Amino acid sequence: MEESIKLHYIVPGDDFTRAGAASGDVKRTLKELGVSPSVIRNVSIAMYEGEINMVIHANGGEIDVEITEEEIIMALKDEGPGIENVELAMKEGYSTAPDNIRTLGFGAGMGLPNIKKYTDEFSIDTKVGVGTTLNLKVKIQ
Amino acid sequence: MSITFHSVRLDADKCQGCTNCIKRCPTEAIRVRNKKAYIISDRCIDCSECIRVCPHHAKYAVTEHFNELVSYKYRIALVAPALYGQFNNLENVDYVLTGLKKMGFDQVAEVSKGAELISSATRIMFDTGELKKPAISVACPAVVRLIRTRFPNLIPNLLPLCAPIDMAAKLAREEAREKTGLSDEDIGVFFISPCPAKRTAIRSPLCYDGSGINGAFAIKDIYPVLLQTMEKLKPEEIEPLNDSGIIGVGWASSGGEAAGLLKERYLAADGIENVIKVLEELEDEKLNDLDFIELNCCTGGCVGGVLTVENPYVAKARIQRLRKFMPVSCNSIDSDFDLDSLAWTKELTPSPAMKLADNVIKAMRMMSKLREIEASLPGLDCGICGAPSCRALADDIVRGYATENDCLIKRFKSENHTEGEDWLPLPFRDKIITEDTGEENNDR
Repeated sequence: MEESIKLHYIVPGDDFTRAGAASGDVKRTLKELGVSPSVIRNVSIAMYEGEINMVIHANGGEIDVEITEEEIIMALKDEGPGIENVELAMKEGYSTAPDNIRTLGFGAGMGLPNIKKYTDEFSIDTKVGVGTTLNLKVKIQ
Repeated sequence: MSITFHSVRLDADKCQGCTNCIKRCPTEAIRVRNKKAYIISDRCIDCSECIRVCPHHAKYAVTEHFNELVSYKYRIALVAPALYGQFNNLENVDYVLTGLKKMGFDQVAEVSKGAELISSATRIMFDTGELKKPAISVACPAVVRLIRTRFPNLIPNLLPLCAPIDMAAKLAREEAREKTGLSDEDIGVFFISPCPAKRTAIRSPLCYDGSGINGAFAIKDIYPVLLQTMEKLKPEEIEPLNDSGIIGVGWASSGGEAAGLLKERYLAADGIENVIKVLEELEDEKLNDLDFIELNCCTGGCVGGVLTVENPYVAKARIQRLRKFMPVSCNSIDSDFDLDSLAWTKELTPSPAMKLADNVIKAMRMMSKLREIEASLPGLDCGICGAPSCRALADDIVRGYATENDCLIKRFKSENHTEGEDWLPLPFRDKIITEDTGEENNDR
Protein backbone atom coordinates (compact mmCIF):
# COMPACT_ATOMS: atom_id res chain seq x y z
CA MET A 1 0.00 0.00 0.00
CA GLU A 2 1.23 3.45 -0.85
CA GLU A 3 1.87 5.36 2.36
CA SER A 4 0.84 8.98 2.49
CA ILE A 5 0.37 11.63 5.12
CA LYS A 6 -2.27 14.28 4.60
CA LEU A 7 -2.12 17.58 6.42
CA HIS A 8 -4.62 20.42 6.37
CA TYR A 9 -4.10 24.00 7.48
CA ILE A 10 -6.27 27.08 7.72
CA VAL A 11 -4.31 30.28 7.19
CA PRO A 12 -5.89 33.27 8.94
CA GLY A 13 -5.95 36.56 7.03
CA ASP A 14 -4.33 39.83 8.10
CA ASP A 15 -2.18 38.36 10.85
CA PHE A 16 1.51 38.38 10.06
CA THR A 17 2.43 36.93 13.41
CA ARG A 18 0.71 33.68 12.46
CA ALA A 19 1.94 33.43 8.90
CA GLY A 20 4.53 30.68 8.77
CA ALA A 21 2.77 28.40 11.26
CA ALA A 22 1.67 25.95 8.55
CA SER A 23 5.02 25.81 6.75
CA GLY A 24 6.73 25.50 10.16
CA ASP A 25 4.62 22.47 11.03
CA VAL A 26 5.32 20.84 7.67
CA LYS A 27 9.03 21.50 8.17
CA ARG A 28 8.98 19.78 11.56
CA THR A 29 7.05 16.82 10.16
CA LEU A 30 9.51 16.37 7.29
CA LYS A 31 12.47 16.54 9.67
CA GLU A 32 11.00 13.80 11.82
CA LEU A 33 10.47 11.72 8.71
CA GLY A 34 14.15 12.04 7.90
CA VAL A 35 13.56 13.76 4.53
CA SER A 36 16.74 15.31 3.11
CA PRO A 37 17.55 18.90 4.18
CA SER A 38 17.45 20.33 0.64
CA VAL A 39 13.94 18.98 0.03
CA ILE A 40 12.79 20.34 3.38
CA ARG A 41 14.24 23.73 2.50
CA ASN A 42 12.47 23.84 -0.86
CA VAL A 43 9.11 22.85 0.60
CA SER A 44 9.45 25.19 3.51
CA ILE A 45 10.39 28.24 1.43
CA ALA A 46 7.76 27.65 -1.26
CA MET A 47 5.03 27.07 1.30
CA TYR A 48 6.00 30.05 3.44
CA GLU A 49 5.89 32.36 0.43
CA GLY A 50 2.45 30.98 -0.42
CA GLU A 51 1.26 31.48 3.13
CA ILE A 52 2.48 35.07 3.19
CA ASN A 53 0.75 35.74 -0.14
CA MET A 54 -2.51 34.51 1.34
CA VAL A 55 -2.12 36.87 4.29
CA ILE A 56 -1.13 39.91 2.22
CA HIS A 57 -3.49 39.58 -0.72
CA ALA A 58 -6.31 37.16 0.00
CA ASN A 59 -7.36 37.49 3.65
CA GLY A 60 -6.18 33.97 4.35
CA GLY A 61 -6.99 30.61 2.82
CA GLU A 62 -6.47 26.88 3.16
CA ILE A 63 -3.53 24.60 2.49
CA ASP A 64 -3.54 20.87 1.88
CA VAL A 65 -0.29 18.95 1.98
CA GLU A 66 0.25 15.36 1.03
CA ILE A 67 3.53 13.65 1.76
CA THR A 68 4.30 10.41 -0.06
CA GLU A 69 7.50 8.44 -0.47
CA GLU A 70 8.21 10.16 -3.78
CA GLU A 71 6.95 13.70 -3.42
CA ILE A 72 5.34 16.43 -1.41
CA ILE A 73 2.19 17.82 -2.97
CA MET A 74 0.84 21.17 -1.83
CA ALA A 75 -2.44 22.84 -2.74
CA LEU A 76 -2.82 26.43 -1.57
CA LYS A 77 -6.32 27.76 -2.07
CA ASP A 78 -7.72 31.20 -1.36
CA GLU A 79 -10.86 33.14 -2.16
CA GLY A 80 -9.05 36.42 -2.61
CA PRO A 81 -9.15 38.97 -5.45
CA GLY A 82 -7.38 36.72 -7.95
CA ILE A 83 -4.44 37.75 -10.13
CA GLU A 84 -5.17 39.96 -13.16
CA ASN A 85 -1.97 39.38 -15.05
CA VAL A 86 -0.26 36.13 -14.10
CA GLU A 87 2.64 36.67 -16.47
CA LEU A 88 3.43 39.98 -14.79
CA ALA A 89 3.00 38.51 -11.31
CA MET A 90 5.56 35.83 -12.15
CA LYS A 91 8.15 38.50 -12.94
CA GLU A 92 10.78 39.04 -10.26
CA GLY A 93 10.30 42.37 -8.53
CA TYR A 94 6.72 42.94 -9.65
CA SER A 95 4.39 43.54 -6.73
CA THR A 96 0.90 44.84 -6.09
CA ALA A 97 1.39 44.88 -2.33
CA PRO A 98 0.34 48.17 -0.71
CA ASP A 99 2.95 50.46 0.84
CA ASN A 100 2.09 49.55 4.43
CA ILE A 101 2.95 45.92 3.64
CA ARG A 102 6.16 46.92 1.89
CA THR A 103 7.35 48.83 4.91
CA LEU A 104 7.11 45.56 6.84
CA GLY A 105 9.68 44.09 4.49
CA PHE A 106 7.20 42.07 2.46
CA GLY A 107 5.91 42.66 -1.03
CA ALA A 108 9.30 42.57 -2.74
CA GLY A 109 7.75 40.90 -5.76
CA MET A 110 9.60 37.66 -5.16
CA GLY A 111 6.70 35.55 -3.86
CA LEU A 112 5.50 33.70 -6.95
CA PRO A 113 8.91 33.59 -8.69
CA ASN A 114 10.40 32.06 -5.53
CA ILE A 115 7.62 29.50 -5.23
CA LYS A 116 8.27 28.42 -8.78
CA LYS A 117 12.02 28.36 -8.25
CA TYR A 118 11.83 26.05 -5.25
CA THR A 119 9.29 23.57 -6.62
CA ASP A 120 9.52 20.82 -9.25
CA GLU A 121 5.99 21.31 -10.47
CA PHE A 122 4.08 24.58 -10.33
CA SER A 123 0.64 25.48 -11.61
CA ILE A 124 -1.54 28.45 -10.89
CA ASP A 125 -5.27 28.65 -11.33
CA THR A 126 -6.65 32.11 -10.75
CA LYS A 127 -9.77 34.08 -11.56
CA VAL A 128 -10.33 37.74 -10.75
CA GLY A 129 -12.94 38.10 -8.03
CA VAL A 130 -13.02 34.37 -7.32
CA GLY A 131 -9.63 33.38 -5.94
CA THR A 132 -6.34 31.66 -6.59
CA THR A 133 -5.17 28.07 -6.25
CA LEU A 134 -1.54 27.02 -6.43
CA ASN A 135 -0.70 23.38 -7.04
CA LEU A 136 2.89 22.59 -6.15
CA LYS A 137 5.08 19.53 -6.09
CA VAL A 138 8.52 18.95 -4.66
CA LYS A 139 10.10 15.61 -5.50
CA ILE A 140 11.98 13.68 -2.87
CA GLN A 141 15.54 12.61 -3.93
CA MET B 1 19.92 4.94 22.15
CA SER B 2 23.58 5.72 22.58
CA ILE B 3 24.70 7.58 25.66
CA THR B 4 26.40 10.87 24.90
CA PHE B 5 28.51 12.77 27.40
CA HIS B 6 26.75 15.46 29.42
CA SER B 7 27.56 17.92 32.17
CA VAL B 8 23.93 18.69 33.02
CA ARG B 9 22.69 16.03 35.43
CA LEU B 10 19.80 15.18 37.71
CA ASP B 11 19.95 14.84 41.49
CA ALA B 12 17.19 12.25 41.86
CA ASP B 13 16.87 12.84 45.62
CA LYS B 14 15.90 16.47 45.07
CA CYS B 15 13.64 15.89 42.06
CA GLN B 16 9.93 16.14 42.88
CA GLY B 17 8.80 14.91 39.48
CA CYS B 18 7.09 18.23 38.61
CA THR B 19 6.61 19.52 35.05
CA ASN B 20 8.77 22.67 35.10
CA CYS B 21 11.82 21.32 33.30
CA ILE B 22 9.99 19.23 30.68
CA LYS B 23 8.10 22.32 29.50
CA ARG B 24 11.20 24.46 29.18
CA CYS B 25 13.56 22.07 27.39
CA PRO B 26 14.21 23.35 23.82
CA THR B 27 14.82 19.87 22.41
CA GLU B 28 12.05 18.11 24.37
CA ALA B 29 14.74 15.98 25.98
CA ILE B 30 13.15 15.50 29.41
CA ARG B 31 10.35 13.20 30.57
CA VAL B 32 9.07 12.45 34.05
CA ARG B 33 9.24 8.72 34.72
CA ASN B 34 8.86 6.90 38.04
CA LYS B 35 8.35 10.23 39.84
CA LYS B 36 11.66 11.65 38.56
CA ALA B 37 12.84 13.67 35.59
CA TYR B 38 14.68 11.62 33.02
CA ILE B 39 17.02 13.20 30.46
CA ILE B 40 17.04 11.62 26.99
CA SER B 41 20.79 11.65 26.42
CA ASP B 42 20.75 11.88 22.62
CA ARG B 43 18.56 14.97 22.65
CA CYS B 44 20.16 16.97 25.48
CA ILE B 45 22.35 19.87 24.30
CA ASP B 46 23.58 20.93 27.78
CA CYS B 47 22.01 24.37 27.44
CA SER B 48 21.21 24.74 31.18
CA GLU B 49 17.57 25.81 30.73
CA CYS B 50 16.43 23.03 33.12
CA ILE B 51 18.96 24.11 35.72
CA ARG B 52 17.62 27.64 35.53
CA VAL B 53 13.97 26.65 35.85
CA CYS B 54 14.07 23.83 38.43
CA PRO B 55 12.57 25.17 41.69
CA HIS B 56 14.05 22.25 43.66
CA HIS B 57 17.62 22.62 42.38
CA ALA B 58 17.50 19.02 41.22
CA LYS B 59 19.20 19.80 37.92
CA TYR B 60 22.85 20.66 38.31
CA ALA B 61 26.07 21.08 36.37
CA VAL B 62 28.98 18.74 36.93
CA THR B 63 32.37 20.44 36.99
CA GLU B 64 35.77 19.33 38.19
CA HIS B 65 36.81 19.34 41.85
CA PHE B 66 39.92 21.32 42.75
CA ASN B 67 41.58 18.03 43.81
CA GLU B 68 42.03 17.28 40.12
CA LEU B 69 44.87 19.79 40.11
CA VAL B 70 47.19 17.56 42.18
CA SER B 71 47.56 15.14 39.28
CA TYR B 72 49.60 17.68 37.32
CA LYS B 73 53.07 19.12 37.87
CA TYR B 74 52.24 22.35 36.04
CA ARG B 75 48.81 23.92 36.14
CA ILE B 76 47.29 26.42 33.74
CA ALA B 77 44.11 28.41 34.38
CA LEU B 78 42.24 29.17 31.17
CA VAL B 79 40.16 32.24 31.94
CA ALA B 80 36.78 32.99 30.35
CA PRO B 81 36.34 36.76 29.91
CA ALA B 82 32.96 36.42 31.67
CA LEU B 83 35.00 36.01 34.89
CA TYR B 84 36.07 39.67 34.70
CA GLY B 85 32.47 40.79 35.05
CA GLN B 86 32.01 39.08 38.42
CA PHE B 87 33.97 41.60 40.50
CA ASN B 88 32.81 44.97 41.70
CA ASN B 89 35.11 47.97 41.18
CA LEU B 90 37.65 45.97 39.24
CA GLU B 91 39.87 48.35 37.32
CA ASN B 92 42.42 46.02 35.91
CA VAL B 93 42.07 42.37 34.92
CA ASP B 94 45.65 41.79 36.12
CA TYR B 95 44.17 41.60 39.64
CA VAL B 96 42.10 38.60 38.60
CA LEU B 97 44.94 36.93 36.71
CA THR B 98 47.50 37.52 39.48
CA GLY B 99 44.96 36.27 42.01
CA LEU B 100 44.65 32.99 40.12
CA LYS B 101 48.42 32.56 40.19
CA LYS B 102 48.45 33.26 43.91
CA MET B 103 45.82 30.56 44.31
CA GLY B 104 48.24 28.00 42.93
CA PHE B 105 48.07 28.09 39.15
CA ASP B 106 51.52 28.22 37.54
CA GLN B 107 50.30 30.03 34.46
CA VAL B 108 47.20 31.91 33.38
CA ALA B 109 45.88 32.15 29.83
CA GLU B 110 43.09 34.41 28.67
CA VAL B 111 40.46 32.90 26.37
CA SER B 112 39.99 36.46 25.13
CA LYS B 113 43.42 36.16 23.54
CA GLY B 114 42.24 33.12 21.57
CA ALA B 115 39.10 35.10 20.74
CA GLU B 116 41.11 37.92 19.16
CA LEU B 117 43.00 35.42 17.03
CA ILE B 118 39.75 33.77 15.93
CA SER B 119 38.24 37.18 15.14
CA SER B 120 41.31 37.92 13.05
CA ALA B 121 41.14 34.54 11.26
CA THR B 122 37.42 35.02 10.57
CA ARG B 123 38.07 38.45 9.05
CA ILE B 124 40.67 36.90 6.74
CA MET B 125 38.27 34.12 5.73
CA PHE B 126 35.59 36.69 4.90
CA ASP B 127 38.09 38.60 2.77
CA THR B 128 39.14 35.50 0.85
CA GLY B 129 35.47 34.62 0.30
CA GLU B 130 35.72 31.03 1.53
CA LEU B 131 32.85 31.23 4.03
CA LYS B 132 29.29 30.17 3.40
CA LYS B 133 27.15 33.17 4.31
CA PRO B 134 25.71 33.86 6.69
CA ALA B 135 28.40 32.19 8.78
CA ILE B 136 27.25 31.09 12.23
CA SER B 137 29.45 31.44 15.31
CA VAL B 138 30.64 28.22 16.99
CA ALA B 139 31.65 29.83 20.29
CA CYS B 140 28.54 28.60 22.16
CA PRO B 141 28.73 24.78 22.30
CA ALA B 142 25.03 24.50 23.13
CA VAL B 143 24.20 26.34 19.86
CA VAL B 144 26.39 23.92 17.90
CA ARG B 145 24.58 21.00 19.53
CA LEU B 146 21.18 22.62 18.95
CA ILE B 147 21.97 23.00 15.24
CA ARG B 148 23.17 19.42 15.05
CA THR B 149 19.97 18.18 16.66
CA ARG B 150 17.22 20.49 15.38
CA PHE B 151 18.70 22.35 12.40
CA PRO B 152 21.08 19.93 10.65
CA ASN B 153 20.60 21.76 7.32
CA LEU B 154 22.56 24.64 8.82
CA ILE B 155 25.72 22.66 9.62
CA PRO B 156 27.45 23.97 6.45
CA ASN B 157 26.95 27.55 7.71
CA LEU B 158 28.90 26.96 10.93
CA LEU B 159 32.20 28.85 11.04
CA PRO B 160 34.67 26.01 10.44
CA LEU B 161 37.21 27.23 12.99
CA CYS B 162 38.07 26.07 16.49
CA ALA B 163 36.54 28.03 19.34
CA PRO B 164 38.62 30.66 21.20
CA ILE B 165 38.96 28.35 24.20
CA ASP B 166 40.68 25.68 22.06
CA MET B 167 42.97 28.24 20.46
CA ALA B 168 43.93 29.72 23.84
CA ALA B 169 44.54 26.25 25.32
CA LYS B 170 46.77 25.27 22.44
CA LEU B 171 48.92 28.40 22.76
CA ALA B 172 49.16 28.09 26.54
CA ARG B 173 50.23 24.46 26.30
CA GLU B 174 52.92 25.26 23.74
CA GLU B 175 54.21 28.06 25.94
CA ALA B 176 54.25 25.80 29.01
CA ARG B 177 56.08 23.01 27.20
CA GLU B 178 58.77 25.40 26.01
CA LYS B 179 59.14 27.08 29.38
CA THR B 180 59.24 23.95 31.53
CA GLY B 181 60.34 21.13 29.25
CA LEU B 182 57.50 19.07 30.72
CA SER B 183 55.49 16.63 28.64
CA ASP B 184 51.79 17.13 27.89
CA GLU B 185 50.67 14.64 30.57
CA ASP B 186 52.30 16.72 33.29
CA ILE B 187 50.62 19.94 32.17
CA GLY B 188 47.03 20.39 33.34
CA VAL B 189 44.91 22.97 31.52
CA PHE B 190 41.71 23.91 33.34
CA PHE B 191 39.00 26.21 32.08
CA ILE B 192 37.26 28.57 34.50
CA SER B 193 33.82 28.17 33.02
CA PRO B 194 30.59 30.17 33.00
CA CYS B 195 28.48 27.17 31.88
CA PRO B 196 28.24 23.37 31.71
CA ALA B 197 28.04 23.32 27.90
CA LYS B 198 31.68 24.41 27.70
CA ARG B 199 32.69 21.52 29.92
CA THR B 200 30.79 19.10 27.71
CA ALA B 201 32.58 20.54 24.68
CA ILE B 202 35.92 20.11 26.44
CA ARG B 203 35.28 16.54 27.54
CA SER B 204 33.46 15.38 24.45
CA PRO B 205 34.37 17.66 21.53
CA LEU B 206 32.31 17.28 18.35
CA CYS B 207 34.71 18.78 15.84
CA TYR B 208 38.08 17.54 17.16
CA ASP B 209 39.56 14.33 18.46
CA GLY B 210 40.69 15.89 21.72
CA SER B 211 40.43 19.36 23.20
CA GLY B 212 43.76 19.49 25.05
CA ILE B 213 41.89 20.84 28.06
CA ASN B 214 41.80 18.63 31.14
CA GLY B 215 38.67 19.92 32.80
CA ALA B 216 36.55 22.86 33.88
CA PHE B 217 35.98 24.60 37.18
CA ALA B 218 32.82 26.59 37.74
CA ILE B 219 33.21 30.36 38.08
CA LYS B 220 30.88 30.17 41.09
CA ASP B 221 33.15 27.61 42.81
CA ILE B 222 36.37 29.51 42.26
CA TYR B 223 34.85 32.94 42.95
CA PRO B 224 34.88 32.99 46.80
CA VAL B 225 38.50 31.79 47.07
CA LEU B 226 39.66 34.04 44.27
CA LEU B 227 37.91 37.07 45.74
CA GLN B 228 39.62 36.54 49.11
CA THR B 229 42.99 36.11 47.41
CA MET B 230 42.49 39.24 45.32
CA GLU B 231 41.58 41.31 48.38
CA LYS B 232 44.91 40.43 49.98
CA LEU B 233 46.99 41.38 46.93
CA LYS B 234 49.32 44.35 47.34
CA PRO B 235 49.62 46.73 44.36
CA GLU B 236 53.32 45.88 43.89
CA GLU B 237 52.46 42.18 43.57
CA ILE B 238 50.28 42.68 40.51
CA GLU B 239 51.85 41.11 37.43
CA PRO B 240 51.20 42.55 33.96
CA LEU B 241 49.50 39.43 32.62
CA ASN B 242 46.63 40.85 30.58
CA ASP B 243 47.23 40.13 26.91
CA SER B 244 43.92 40.91 25.22
CA GLY B 245 41.92 44.00 24.40
CA ILE B 246 38.44 45.33 23.73
CA ILE B 247 37.68 42.82 20.98
CA GLY B 248 38.69 39.72 22.94
CA VAL B 249 37.08 40.65 26.24
CA GLY B 250 33.95 41.72 24.37
CA TRP B 251 33.20 38.07 23.52
CA ALA B 252 31.90 37.68 27.09
CA SER B 253 28.58 39.22 26.16
CA SER B 254 26.21 38.91 23.24
CA GLY B 255 27.29 40.91 20.20
CA GLY B 256 30.97 40.93 21.14
CA GLU B 257 32.14 38.36 18.66
CA ALA B 258 30.13 39.94 15.84
CA ALA B 259 31.48 43.43 16.64
CA GLY B 260 35.01 42.05 16.43
CA LEU B 261 34.52 41.21 12.78
CA LEU B 262 34.23 44.91 11.92
CA LYS B 263 31.34 44.23 9.57
CA GLU B 264 27.89 45.82 9.47
CA ARG B 265 25.78 42.96 8.17
CA TYR B 266 25.52 40.87 11.27
CA LEU B 267 22.97 39.75 13.79
CA ALA B 268 23.56 38.74 17.41
CA ALA B 269 20.83 36.87 19.29
CA ASP B 270 20.89 35.55 22.83
CA GLY B 271 18.55 33.48 24.98
CA ILE B 272 17.56 30.05 23.69
CA GLU B 273 14.10 31.00 22.43
CA ASN B 274 15.48 33.88 20.37
CA VAL B 275 18.26 31.67 19.05
CA ILE B 276 15.69 29.12 17.86
CA LYS B 277 13.62 31.82 16.13
CA VAL B 278 16.69 33.06 14.27
CA LEU B 279 17.67 29.53 13.23
CA GLU B 280 14.14 28.87 11.92
CA GLU B 281 14.29 32.02 9.78
CA LEU B 282 17.80 31.25 8.62
CA GLU B 283 16.69 27.77 7.60
CA ASP B 284 13.93 29.32 5.47
CA GLU B 285 16.55 31.56 3.81
CA LYS B 286 15.02 34.73 5.18
CA LEU B 287 18.33 36.03 6.52
CA ASN B 288 20.48 35.60 3.43
CA ASP B 289 21.51 39.24 3.34
CA LEU B 290 23.61 38.79 6.48
CA ASP B 291 27.32 37.96 6.63
CA PHE B 292 27.50 36.71 10.20
CA ILE B 293 25.20 35.39 12.88
CA GLU B 294 26.29 35.26 16.50
CA LEU B 295 24.14 33.09 18.75
CA ASN B 296 24.38 32.51 22.48
CA CYS B 297 22.02 30.18 24.33
CA CYS B 298 22.28 32.16 27.56
CA THR B 299 20.58 35.53 27.91
CA GLY B 300 23.20 38.23 27.60
CA GLY B 301 25.78 35.79 26.25
CA CYS B 302 28.40 33.95 28.35
CA VAL B 303 27.96 36.41 31.24
CA GLY B 304 24.50 34.81 31.57
CA GLY B 305 25.86 31.29 32.13
CA VAL B 306 24.41 29.33 35.05
CA LEU B 307 27.83 28.92 36.67
CA THR B 308 28.40 32.67 37.07
CA VAL B 309 27.58 34.55 40.26
CA GLU B 310 26.62 37.97 38.93
CA ASN B 311 23.51 39.11 37.07
CA PRO B 312 24.42 39.11 33.35
CA TYR B 313 23.53 42.76 32.82
CA VAL B 314 25.63 43.90 35.77
CA ALA B 315 28.51 41.75 34.54
CA LYS B 316 28.17 43.21 31.05
CA ALA B 317 28.20 46.77 32.38
CA ARG B 318 31.35 46.07 34.40
CA ILE B 319 33.13 44.57 31.41
CA GLN B 320 32.16 47.60 29.33
CA ARG B 321 33.86 49.78 31.92
CA LEU B 322 36.96 47.59 32.01
CA ARG B 323 37.26 47.68 28.25
CA LYS B 324 37.51 51.46 28.29
CA PHE B 325 41.11 51.21 29.48
CA MET B 326 42.13 48.50 27.05
CA PRO B 327 43.65 48.64 23.57
CA VAL B 328 41.32 47.58 20.74
CA SER B 329 43.10 44.28 20.21
CA CYS B 330 46.42 42.75 21.28
CA ASN B 331 46.46 39.75 18.96
CA SER B 332 46.09 39.12 15.27
CA ILE B 333 47.34 36.69 12.68
CA ASP B 334 49.23 37.47 9.49
CA SER B 335 47.89 36.63 6.09
CA ASP B 336 50.58 33.93 5.71
CA PHE B 337 49.37 32.16 8.88
CA ASP B 338 48.32 28.57 8.30
CA LEU B 339 44.55 28.78 8.79
CA ASP B 340 44.31 25.00 8.51
CA SER B 341 45.83 24.74 11.97
CA LEU B 342 42.60 26.30 13.30
CA ALA B 343 40.31 24.07 11.27
CA TRP B 344 38.13 21.26 12.59
CA THR B 345 39.71 17.83 12.48
CA LYS B 346 36.43 15.93 12.51
CA GLU B 347 33.33 16.29 10.39
CA LEU B 348 30.28 17.48 12.31
CA THR B 349 27.47 15.03 11.62
CA PRO B 350 23.74 15.64 12.12
CA SER B 351 22.23 14.05 15.19
CA PRO B 352 19.40 11.67 14.30
CA ALA B 353 17.75 12.19 17.70
CA MET B 354 14.53 13.74 16.35
CA LYS B 355 14.07 11.30 13.45
CA LEU B 356 11.28 8.74 13.88
CA ALA B 357 12.98 5.92 11.97
CA ASP B 358 15.84 5.38 9.53
CA ASN B 359 13.53 3.86 6.96
CA VAL B 360 11.29 6.48 5.32
CA ILE B 361 8.32 4.15 4.86
CA LYS B 362 8.50 3.09 8.48
CA ALA B 363 8.84 6.73 9.52
CA MET B 364 5.77 7.64 7.46
CA ARG B 365 3.69 4.92 9.07
CA MET B 366 4.81 6.13 12.46
CA MET B 367 4.01 9.72 11.50
CA SER B 368 0.47 8.81 10.37
CA LYS B 369 -0.07 6.99 13.65
CA LEU B 370 1.45 9.92 15.56
CA ARG B 371 -0.96 12.39 13.94
CA GLU B 372 -3.88 10.11 14.66
CA ILE B 373 -2.92 9.74 18.31
CA GLU B 374 -2.23 13.46 18.67
CA ALA B 375 -5.72 14.25 17.37
CA SER B 376 -7.23 11.92 19.97
CA LEU B 377 -5.41 13.58 22.88
CA PRO B 378 -7.02 16.53 24.70
CA GLY B 379 -4.47 19.09 23.48
CA LEU B 380 -4.01 20.60 26.93
CA ASP B 381 -0.24 20.08 27.03
CA CYS B 382 -0.68 19.66 30.78
CA GLY B 383 2.40 17.50 31.26
CA ILE B 384 0.79 15.04 33.68
CA CYS B 385 1.80 12.16 31.40
CA GLY B 386 5.43 13.19 31.87
CA ALA B 387 5.85 14.50 28.31
CA PRO B 388 6.04 18.25 27.59
CA SER B 389 3.05 18.31 25.21
CA CYS B 390 0.34 16.10 23.74
CA ARG B 391 2.37 16.03 20.54
CA ALA B 392 5.44 14.80 22.46
CA LEU B 393 3.35 12.08 24.14
CA ALA B 394 2.08 10.96 20.73
CA ASP B 395 5.71 10.88 19.60
CA ASP B 396 6.69 8.78 22.63
CA ILE B 397 3.79 6.39 22.02
CA VAL B 398 4.77 5.65 18.40
CA ARG B 399 8.37 5.15 19.48
CA GLY B 400 7.17 2.67 22.10
CA TYR B 401 8.14 4.67 25.19
CA ALA B 402 4.62 5.41 26.42
CA THR B 403 1.01 4.33 25.94
CA GLU B 404 -2.26 6.20 25.41
CA ASN B 405 -3.16 5.13 28.93
CA ASP B 406 -0.57 7.61 30.19
CA CYS B 407 -2.96 10.47 29.37
CA LEU B 408 -4.91 10.98 32.57
CA ILE B 409 -7.64 13.11 30.99
CA LYS B 410 -8.25 10.61 28.22
CA ARG B 411 -8.41 7.79 30.74
CA PHE B 412 -10.81 9.68 33.00
CA LYS B 413 -13.09 10.35 30.06
CA SER B 414 -13.10 6.72 28.94
CA GLU B 415 -13.81 5.46 32.43
CA ASN B 416 -17.49 6.18 32.03
CA HIS B 417 -18.10 8.90 34.57
CA THR B 418 -21.76 9.33 33.76
CA GLU B 419 -22.94 11.79 36.42
CA GLY B 420 -21.92 15.38 35.59
CA GLU B 421 -18.30 16.35 35.43
CA ASP B 422 -17.40 16.79 39.10
CA TRP B 423 -14.69 14.18 38.71
CA LEU B 424 -12.81 16.46 36.30
CA PRO B 425 -10.22 18.86 37.71
CA LEU B 426 -11.47 22.50 37.56
CA PRO B 427 -9.58 23.65 34.47
CA PHE B 428 -11.17 20.91 32.37
CA ARG B 429 -14.84 21.44 33.21
CA ASP B 430 -17.32 23.07 30.84
CA LYS B 431 -19.27 24.74 33.63
CA ILE B 432 -17.92 26.65 36.55
CA ILE B 433 -19.43 27.60 39.91
CA THR B 434 -19.10 31.29 40.74
CA GLU B 435 -17.81 32.09 44.21
CA ASP B 436 -20.43 34.70 45.13
CA THR B 437 -23.68 32.91 44.25
CA GLY B 438 -22.63 29.29 44.22
CA GLU B 439 -24.63 28.97 41.03
CA GLU B 440 -23.54 27.56 37.75
CA ASN B 441 -22.35 30.24 35.41
CA ASN B 442 -21.12 30.03 31.87
CA ASP B 443 -20.33 33.71 31.41
CA ARG B 444 -16.71 33.69 32.43
